[in-house]
Amino acid sequence: MDKLTDLSLTAARRHLAAGDFTAVELTEAHLAAIQETAGLNAYITVTADAALAMAAAADQREAAGNAPAMNGLPIGVKDLFCTNGVATTAASHILDGFVPTYESTVSQQLWDHGAVMLGKTNLDEFAMGSSNLSSYYGAVENPWRRTDKPEEKLVPGGSSGGSAAAVAAGSAMASIGTDTGGSVRQPAALNGVVGLKPTYGRCSRWGIIAFASSLDQAGPITQTVADAALMLGCMAGHDAKDSTSAAQPVPDFSAALSGDIRGLKIGIPTEYRVAGLSAEVEKLWNTGIDWLTSAGAEVVDISLPLTSYALPTYYIIAPAEASSNLARYDGVRYGLRVDGDSLEEMYENTRAAGFGDEVQRRILVGTYVLSAGYYDAYYRKAQRVRQLIRNDFIDAFKGVDAILTPTTPSAAFGIDSPPLDPVEMYLLDIFTVTLNLAGLPGISVPAGLSQHGLPLGLQVIGRPWDEATVLRVGEVLETAAGFSHRAGQRAGGKR
Amino acid sequence: MTGSAMIITGATGDWEVVIGLEVHAQVLSAAKLFSGAATSFGAAPNQQVSLVDAAMPGMLPVINKHCVAQAVRTGLGINAKINLVSVFDRKNYFYADLPQGYQISQFTQPIVGEGEIEILLADGSSKSIGIERLHLEQDAGKLMHDQHPAKSVVDLNRSGVALMEIVSKPDLRSPEEAGAYVTKLRSIMRYLQTCDGNMEQGSLRADANVSVRRPGDPLGTRCEIKNVNSIKFLMQAIDYEARRQVELIEDGGSVDQETRLFDANSGTTRTMRSKEDAHDYRYFPDPDLLPLVITPEQVAAIKADLPELPDVKKARLVTDYGVSEIDATILTEERETARFYEIASHGRDGKLVANWLISELFGLLNKAGRSLADSPVLPENLGGLIDLISDGTISGRIAKDVFAEMFESGEEAAAIVDAKGLKQVSDSAAIEPLINAVIAANADKLAEYKAGKDKLFGFFVGQVMKQSGGKANPQMVNQLLRQKLDA
Repeated sequence: MDKLTDLSLTAARRHLAAGDFTAVELTEAHLAAIQETAGLNAYITVTADAALAMAAAADQREAAGNAPAMNGLPIGVKDLFCTNGVATTAASHILDGFVPTYESTVSQQLWDHGAVMLGKTNLDEFAMGSSNLSSYYGAVENPWRRTDKPEEKLVPGGSSGGSAAAVAAGSAMASIGTDTGGSVRQPAALNGVVGLKPTYGRCSRWGIIAFASSLDQAGPITQTVADAALMLGCMAGHDAKDSTSAAQPVPDFSAALSGDIRGLKIGIPTEYRVAGLSAEVEKLWNTGIDWLTSAGAEVVDISLPLTSYALPTYYIIAPAEASSNLARYDGVRYGLRVDGDSLEEMYENTRAAGFGDEVQRRILVGTYVLSAGYYDAYYRKAQRVRQLIRNDFIDAFKGVDAILTPTTPSAAFGIDSPPLDPVEMYLLDIFTVTLNLAGLPGISVPAGLSQHGLPLGLQVIGRPWDEATVLRVGEVLETAAGFSHRAGQRAGGKR
Repeated sequence: MTGSAMIITGATGDWEVVIGLEVHAQVLSAAKLFSGAATSFGAAPNQQVSLVDAAMPGMLPVINKHCVAQAVRTGLGINAKINLVSVFDRKNYFYADLPQGYQISQFTQPIVGEGEIEILLADGSSKSIGIERLHLEQDAGKLMHDQHPAKSVVDLNRSGVALMEIVSKPDLRSPEEAGAYVTKLRSIMRYLQTCDGNMEQGSLRADANVSVRRPGDPLGTRCEIKNVNSIKFLMQAIDYEARRQVELIEDGGSVDQETRLFDANSGTTRTMRSKEDAHDYRYFPDPDLLPLVITPEQVAAIKADLPELPDVKKARLVTDYGVSEIDATILTEERETARFYEIASHGRDGKLVANWLISELFGLLNKAGRSLADSPVLPENLGGLIDLISDGTISGRIAKDVFAEMFESGEEAAAIVDAKGLKQVSDSAAIEPLINAVIAANADKLAEYKAGKDKLFGFFVGQVMKQSGGKANPQMVNQLLRQKLDA
């Protein structure tokens, strides 16, 4: 048997059911791993006592023979999900002292399925970022290091950087993140783990601190594709408290993992061969195409002509919604307040002190694109382009069952050498944002290492509500890639 | 143009006043527009606030379907187009009574489109006033500045309460018309049970857009007047504002488009914020809510369930009960009044009942400061009194005394008449001796009468009635006296 911190969710479930170890032991091992890897700064809050209590309760259920699907499995929760009685920060100074009296629907469903909460994982402030550098609680370190520069600390990607780093480091068996423009898939790729963004509306947004409401979607970050299928089944479902959650049946995602993709048509969008795509990523992509072809899928070139407009469209819509969503952080009712001589001065002082640079930048951009005289030129036009991008995918899916792309144009960069231009940073999301704009499901699967030994991911995109096919193709890639590399900074050392 | 238009005669000529109203009507609903919190008036501060109303992180709005039905109902009541697809937008601005930092409203696609209502003016004429739109939106909370020397406190009970904003076309031409419009709108919504119309509790508020122009000219620059919480103040505010604008223009100035506050104490308006300070609300569709879709079947079901509205009821009262237009208008302004009237007049002389209700009962209620809802005289009992008048049991004069007694005690008319022996005497055998006695006692007057002083006939009638204690049937007294005196 692997070390407890190296087990997948599905493997651990089998062992727990067989009585090979207890949920408390499993949780203790992960709490120890959190201690051991504390330097990565993957967690903002560790809820050790609550975790052990939840694990003990899971053991009782196990003994009583009524263990639900994720009974006793310890996971991390992105600190954007509101958790009842546990500080929830969104990695922002402005939420100082905020402790929700309610539990997000998605996390509640996971607890209802027996999962154990280890703590709240670090993220980019309000999920705005692709590097986890914008957290008020400090950067998260990627547990991977370059072989050529082993002393250099790397970013884990973002915004669910802590969630992905924790899974890669063995300090959580899995975690939940949120994906607004790639925030689950991109850090998953940079950490060598699996990240799944479900169809918009598949999981409830209730209790998740909003970044961009029309794009935000919760998703699992796991070690295996099978784990992602297991978790999604527990997270998904209609919620009357979220008007945008869909009344769609939730299929048995695990049952979809047949390994058989013979006859499936896989599209390869030619427009994704963009400038800035590193040669090794392109090579990996071609390898992925070969894997799927070998498994019996038919690969066809497709065109998504509006691809180049996706990023600018995203960077109008997301900040616009954010500028409004973040208006509630005003110092009046909860969180940080910095007094002033007038109400307006209090607002200015509080929001100037409470929000970091990236959040302020996006609030400014969002306010600008919604303002009188600019709305038509920016926001309205972006909404139209968004619809056209959706149409591109609808057309493409008339001829294919899934689409294969790289997840990111390159591997992780150094914490101390981030791109100086914010726009260059935004380019990290170039392959992922389109799905959010179109509301489609997608998965990132670790597929290989860069020449410097850093993980790279491939992304599978599916039709709306067809996570089953996405997972099935993802698992075939996973099997073909045989990605067994582990991060150097993993708890207990490299296997 | 009707006779009710207000023309201001200035130093340089005549000015016409143009008014458009934005009425905010609180939707009658137990729960708020997007949360389950209660909406009752007068609760202790912050006792009716859900997580959504306080804009806690991660909270999401869910539309209250009852409020949607109420808006459709109101739309149908003002003869308006119902939009089967409408969209909720965010109106963004910062204020301490607005927890989300935006108000969820409807901007480009309201739930109700164009409609119109008829208003009745004092000269008896009526006028059709166009409605531009009706949309649903959230109310804000309330700031209180008098609770602490240095701090303001926030009460979020109203935060998220459903409002209907009803925007008129600039069809109103005088304070009178504006008053009649709000009265009519309130009447319709009360009939529909979609808004209680209590202006003093803030469940009905009106903002007025006022401008002046030379008759026939294009519209002038308007000012919006806020903070008007009664129809009387609304009329006062418009009157003041129109005169202020005329004076300003005639003095060589020009009207600045701005928002003005009405001060009820001084009866004047003053600048609240100028156009330069106007908010840029950055409206955009609320991504937390899907477009609001209503089916034609839902609209049809609501339509089938509509009560008889004031205009139709008024026409029916004129036709069925023979009451005058003016009386019918009074009787139908409030649904409760019409209900009272219809019970009281059932199977009776409708005109007589209308007279008694409007002049006698309303008179006593006004004097006592009570409303029809807590009238001591029940509709059935007013009907009973009318029966006694109609069948000659009591005279009209006695009826007034009986009615006063009914108002005091709440008893039925017949019981009072019995107990006090007030029954009219219509028996000639009982009246004749009284006539004989009066004639015998007034031989001099009889002689004068016989000599041609006809006017003395009234004197004899009065004497006989006095002798009878007012109970003699006046018609019989007349008839019998005539026989005796002219014999």
